[in-house]
Amino acid sequence: MKPMIRGLLAGTALSMAAAPLSAETLRLLTWGSYAPDEVIEKFEAEYPDIDVEVTFSNNEEMIAKLRATGGTGFDLAQPSHDRVNAAQQEYNIYKPLDMSKIDTDVMTPNLLEGVAANTTIDGEVYSVPHQWGTSGIMVNQAEASGVTGWGDLCNEEYQGRTSMRLRRTILLGMGFAMGYDPFALYDDKEAYQEMLNEVTQKLIDCKSVIKTYWTGGDDLSALMLSGEVVVSETWDSTAFKIYAENPDIVFVPPETGALAWIDTFTIPRGGEADDAAYKWINFVMRPEIVKLMSASTGAIAAVPNGIELLPDDKRAAVEVAFDQSDLDNLKFFANIPPGLEDMEGMALEQIKAASGN
Amino acid sequence: MSRDAGRLSLILLFAPFALWIGLLIILPQIGIGYISLREKVGINEYEFGFKNYADFAQAAVYRNTLFRTAWISILVTMLALVLGFPISYYIAKIARERSRAALFLMCLIPLWVSDLVRAYGWIVLLRETGVVSTALVSMGVINEPIEMLYNDVTVIIGLVYTVILFMIVPLVSTMQGMDDSLLEAGFNLGGSRLTVFRRIVVPYAMPGIVAGCIIVFMITAGSYLTPVLLGGKNSSWFTEQIYNQFITRYNWEAGATFGVLLLLFTSLVVWLGLRLTGQSLATTVAKDT
Amino acid sequence: MNDLSCVGVTKKFGEFTAVRNVSLEVPPGSFFSILGPSGCGKTTLMRMIAGFETPSAGDIRIKGESVINLAPNKRNVKMVFQHLALFPMMNVGENIAYGLRCQGEQKSEIPEKVRKVLDRVGLPGVEDKRIEQLSGGQKQRIAIARCMVLQPDVLLLDEPLGALDLKLREHMKIELKQLQERFETTFLYITHDQSEALVMSDQVAVMNAGGFEQIGSPRALYDDPVSGFVAGFVGDANVLPGTIDEVRGGEARVILDGGGAVLARLADDSNTGDRVEIFVRPEALRIGGDNGSGSLSGKVDSLLFNGAASRILVRLDTGQLVEVADGDQASEVSAHDAVTVSWQPDRARVFVRRPGA
Repeated sequence: MKPMIRGLLAGTALSMAAAPLSAETLRLLTWGSYAPDEVIEKFEAEYPDIDVEVTFSNNEEMIAKLRATGGTGFDLAQPSHDRVNAAQQEYNIYKPLDMSKIDTDVMTPNLLEGVAANTTIDGEVYSVPHQWGTSGIMVNQAEASGVTGWGDLCNEEYQGRTSMRLRRTILLGMGFAMGYDPFALYDDKEAYQEMLNEVTQKLIDCKSVIKTYWTGGDDLSALMLSGEVVVSETWDSTAFKIYAENPDIVFVPPETGALAWIDTFTIPRGGEADDAAYKWINFVMRPEIVKLMSASTGAIAAVPNGIELLPDDKRAAVEVAFDQSDLDNLKFFANIPPGLEDMEGMALEQIKAASGN
Repeated sequence: MSRDAGRLSLILLFAPFALWIGLLIILPQIGIGYISLREKVGINEYEFGFKNYADFAQAAVYRNTLFRTAWISILVTMLALVLGFPISYYIAKIARERSRAALFLMCLIPLWVSDLVRAYGWIVLLRETGVVSTALVSMGVINEPIEMLYNDVTVIIGLVYTVILFMIVPLVSTMQGMDDSLLEAGFNLGGSRLTVFRRIVVPYAMPGIVAGCIIVFMITAGSYLTPVLLGGKNSSWFTEQIYNQFITRYNWEAGATFGVLLLLFTSLVVWLGLRLTGQSLATTVAKDT
Repeated sequence: MNDLSCVGVTKKFGEFTAVRNVSLEVPPGSFFSILGPSGCGKTTLMRMIAGFETPSAGDIRIKGESVINLAPNKRNVKMVFQHLALFPMMNVGENIAYGLRCQGEQKSEIPEKVRKVLDRVGLPGVEDKRIEQLSGGQKQRIAIARCMVLQPDVLLLDEPLGALDLKLREHMKIELKQLQERFETTFLYITHDQSEALVMSDQVAVMNAGGFEQIGSPRALYDDPVSGFVAGFVGDANVLPGTIDEVRGGEARVILDGGGAVLARLADDSNTGDRVEIFVRPEALRIGGDNGSGSLSGKVDSLLFNGAASRILVRLDTGQLVEVADGDQASEVSAHDAVTVSWQPDRARVFVRRPGA
């Protein structure tokens, strides 16, 4: 009996000791298309002792995964800037960044400062910006014209031809369209609930107009390109990709302002490859890599000439979509206070469960 | 001495099963049950109580979704039984020995692809610009493309397609054990086709029917992708609300509560079903003949 | 009018003819057996009478009425299956009541009828027992009761004793015969066991390769078989192959294959020079002496004691073993004694040699 246990222990110890001897592994938890193969190949060519493993996810799942493991299992995550603060305070899943190891000089100063302001807890900064983009409306101009804002998703003129993603973005967008400033109401839960009630009612009424709720970029692309949907809520990056295939389909920043998000670099508390993570951050912010990355994601890198570094077709799409006033009118997502997502979740479920046609 | 050895070997044989049940089923369930009794009062502050259950009872949206899920699952179970019974009967009693394996494999084909791919298959077929709609337009059956997705009928079709195998397998294995001479005796003694079916085939297949219905009902009520993807905007399904609680609302307490409720409620439905049809697990599924 | 008649019944499965031009008449109240080796077509014939197979040609009449176009459940012919086919999910009472309920019997009268028929088969009060609680013999009687309660014109029995052990089988033979007499119903009994057929039947049809070889009383079959097949299949017989040397009156002089010449009665139209077989029953053989048949010499191989069925095994000089009946154990021979065997010529029959023999 005893020798067997000793043998088992020895075996386990050996296998654990053996792991670091082989190449170091960088486990990325990021968005679909945020780690294109070409970039990984180049990175691994430059740092031959680092293996990159990628798990694709979204904001909610990133937090849920890290919460379930207590912040272990991944070495670098990319949550949006407004989702870091509350998650860190409630679940303690990230660790502060060592800014000295990041080439912050290459980053757009106001984005860097904005993200830092959002993600500073007890004087420690948890996130730096990577790419930014917006949520707004996508329109097939051959089929629909005169679309100006979120409210057009519920326009009966487009009966059965509109779509949206049933997540918090549409609640905020519709709030803006109805004359509220949701971000200003974040700290007043009662007022926010009142707004949510109105938005919920509006979106329930709207159910008969929309065709379906899309759930991901591929899903949305299929709906738009097949012509089944002509007006939809969208991420601008998805719209830019579709523009290359069908130039009738353009991104329209809502008149109340496109909702802007910044995807960040944030290191999970249980990350085991911090150095590799910093190397990755600095690597993907290099201009030649930014080009590859933006070609894959359609989002704009947080560097001063981010738009110029987009591939031609996407830059054209951005120029069709945004003028300076649109850029000035961007509404950056504000930090979500704890508990807000639960209120929004209730609203979303009421909308989903309501019977439309 | 030898009795001790016997007991030891029994324990050793039983250990993997007990570990499996304990670690993979009972322990997580206890964990879920524990979380469901935790009330969140502030950041990282919790108290114990039944508030989560009270919240559920008060929110019509969750209650209705649970009932809706159970109701559609019952419907799917009945459809799977009605469709699966003749298929099983054919495979078990009518098909030749050689084609039996092929037919069984054909029923298995849907399981060779993942849930997701299967759901996308239906989407490709049934969407407004999909295969069926386009074909109907080009044949002149309809004038304009029609949307066949995003409604309960599609969800039910998709679910029946997914689960029917789990009805067929237990039915076939029960009915294969049925001697043809039982049917012939049924006719010989004056029974009509209906009588033979009702009084001989169905009672004989009852263990398979009960097992199949329980499996199918549980799988359907616990399914996630098919109702969400095919149902689109009108697809409220209880598992989706559990997912939402855990993932998008970070509300593990409510999610765990929903999980416990789903388990209890589906068990209740199974129990009621057994009672209403006058069956019991002891005389059907666990029958030792 | 006979209870059952078959007229020229033929059944083909594709190229294969299972039943060939079979005719039979079963008088009311008789016990009629069809005896034949497995694969001879007897089960197919019975299934045609029950209605589970349709004849390719010919007619089947029950009480004078053709039933060819009648579904199985409309024929007043009941069947006891080889494995009885009692319904396992019903208790004894329900099994018996099944047929009554199918007939639309008054609900109130069913229990009384069930009780009566159970009395008649000698199993009163077992209505509530489950089938698996019954012994083999009891199941047998329930299967018969289940049919008899419906008062069939003919009861078909498909080798129902096959599954029983020897002792019970011997007992059930007598029991079946008594039941048949008690119910005064026509029994059509199928078996491959000649002793079952001989003991119970009024009439036996010997079937071979799809056709009837002979129909007659057990005694007639035993004493006056019309063919080598019947002579060999019904009762025990020693078979001695040879060639006819001379025909004189009703007797033939046969040169045996192993040497030696004997006399036997000519039973078919074989003629001088034909290859034939001599069938002689053990009880017709005598040790020693010469009964006019010519005698064959040999050695006692062994003595088989079996009470009234005791045998002496003699190995002839030709190498062949023959059985000699020794019912009263009166012979005073012992193993290895040199002996001669002989018979009365009219108790040995010469038939043309059977195919394959």
